[in-house]
Amino acid sequence: MQDQYQHLYQALSQVEGYIYPNDIDLHWGLMIVLYPYITGLVAGAFILASLERVFDVKVLKPTYGLALLTALAFLLVATLPLVSHLEHPFRSYEIFMTPNPTSAMAIFGFIYLWYLMAVLLLEIWFDYRRDFVIWSKTSTGFKKLFYKVITLGINDTDEKSAKLDNKLGYFITVLGIPSAFLLHGYVGFIFGSIKANPWWSTVLMPVIFLFSAMVSGIALVMVIYMVVCWVRKVRIDMPALDTIAKYLFYILIIDFTLESLDQFHRIYEAEESFDIIKVLVSGKLNITLLLMQVMLGTVIPLFVIGLFQIYKPAEKIRKTAYFIVGIFVLIGIFFMRWNVVIGGQLFSKSLSGFTSFKAVYYGMEGYLMAALWLILPLGILAFLLWLMPPWKKLSYHD
Amino acid sequence: MGTDRIKNNRRKFFKTSAALIGGTIAYSLIKPLEVISQVEDKPKTTDNKELPLWGMAVDIESCVGCGKCAEACKIENNVPEEPFYFRTWVEQYTVKNDGEVKIESPNGGIGGLKQSVPDEDIFKSFMVPKLCNHCSEAPCVQACPVGATYISPDGVVLVDDSYCIGCSYCINACPYGARFMNPITEVADKCTFCYHRISEGLVPACVEVCPTDARIFGNLRDKKSDLVKFLQKNPTQVLKPHLNTHSRVFYNGLSSEVR
Repeated sequence: MQDQYQHLYQALSQVEGYIYPNDIDLHWGLMIVLYPYITGLVAGAFILASLERVFDVKVLKPTYGLALLTALAFLLVATLPLVSHLEHPFRSYEIFMTPNPTSAMAIFGFIYLWYLMAVLLLEIWFDYRRDFVIWSKTSTGFKKLFYKVITLGINDTDEKSAKLDNKLGYFITVLGIPSAFLLHGYVGFIFGSIKANPWWSTVLMPVIFLFSAMVSGIALVMVIYMVVCWVRKVRIDMPALDTIAKYLFYILIIDFTLESLDQFHRIYEAEESFDIIKVLVSGKLNITLLLMQVMLGTVIPLFVIGLFQIYKPAEKIRKTAYFIVGIFVLIGIFFMRWNVVIGGQLFSKSLSGFTSFKAVYYGMEGYLMAALWLILPLGILAFLLWLMPPWKKLSYHD
Repeated sequence: MGTDRIKNNRRKFFKTSAALIGGTIAYSLIKPLEVISQVEDKPKTTDNKELPLWGMAVDIESCVGCGKCAEACKIENNVPEEPFYFRTWVEQYTVKNDGEVKIESPNGGIGGLKQSVPDEDIFKSFMVPKLCNHCSEAPCVQACPVGATYISPDGVVLVDDSYCIGCSYCINACPYGARFMNPITEVADKCTFCYHRISEGLVPACVEVCPTDARIFGNLRDKKSDLVKFLQKNPTQVLKPHLNTHSRVFYNGLSSEVR
């Protein structure tokens, strides 16, 4: 029994200043860091796909299908860290059964379902339907069965049906853009609406979450695209990669501006909570915020991609740089979520002291569990790419 | 012939998918509304004038920091003994001559608070008992995703143990640090004003044991209650008034250092 409280006694001995006695434990740990991180990757990947389809950036064609499948793979996992963090995971369905209409967390469940069922699955289905019909005739075994079932009995392959799929798919993508905005903006609102916590409670939170989501999703698709090309031993489409990097650059600028604005606003207004937040940023979060999020995840990528906009080195150098920058951005955004979730709980609501956080390796809130939730979507993606490879598609939307 | 077949196929598909999608959306939309309509069907609970409206006043000048209230609360409500779980606790504020404010609450004040600053360095010192503020605009109730935490008809913020999913959103939403995750029941836990006692006409355990009557409990609707009389006589303040939570725990003699 004593073991159960050991980490709390340890935290108690490390308290700085005065904290409310119930504030010693961090109620949201690594799992709640992952939840906005994974959701953000989904929204970002989807927006990248939409750039090609709705905003007509045709050069991004090689990554369209990959971006959609990436979004799906991560979306399927998005709620799992959330559920695994619950003390009573088997009661989680109550969020759908008796949602509290004033709760940001309750409404997220519906937004998630809408996004999964009405947007992502439908868009992918319309995009692949004709291929499923054709593939069902040429393949065998599990694949054949899957293709047959997934066509839902709509077996037309003529031009007219393809046109209709295309039209409906386009319509859903248009619908999907505000939905993706809603999905991740809403995750930001879950934190931004907590007036008890001055580190979270900012009207900019949903917007910051949205742009950081786009940044992380684009970086993820960029990295995955390169890896998939290496695995398939095909040439990386450099114009596509350069364009993705260009969008990453622009959106990273917006993201960085918004976050800087938020911090600048705090510093200038210097409200009641400023004294504690100053110590939080300069002390407790100096490695995760200043080094990992700002330096590694933002300044270095901005500098490298920014430089490539003026001076373009050889392809090989660009490829390596994009890969490293992509990984840096992904690490940076992970720590952005960390700084919000963990950072917001390190100081007590007494605004007079700090507790400490020590992540563990094992258990539902541990590093191993976190690693599982990050590797699982990659596994799902690999399976999806095997089952419905975008590069083997015979038809392609206009 | 082929075109007709396609058309029929299409029509059928559209019908089915429209019905499926429409049904899903309609269900998602109606389901939360159903809760709203259920809520609105009932009379507004806190407007029910026949019921008491429970509240508490804390007289800071009377509190001596003995910690009996915190101790009695733990015993009465089976709160785990470990010093990380409190439904109520007492904070000791010491303002030093140089303006520095020292706040302490070792083990929530259980066992009595002792002054650690030498007398000659003290400008002033006082004790502040803390508990759930039973806000009528409670951020925890607003945040709970499943409605497991609610305001009782007589104005007490409660948690339904059999319904709480343990997401901790309410704990993070409470500005007063009044909630904790109970390691035994694995649901959110907090002060109930000893609901089991007040329902029987008794006062909460913390009020019962207080040797200096620093806690005054009562019905805010009863003009003759000790609580209302106390509030009439003394200028009181609530904690963190800028958060507009409409707290029902009122402090007399609250100093600006207290948060």
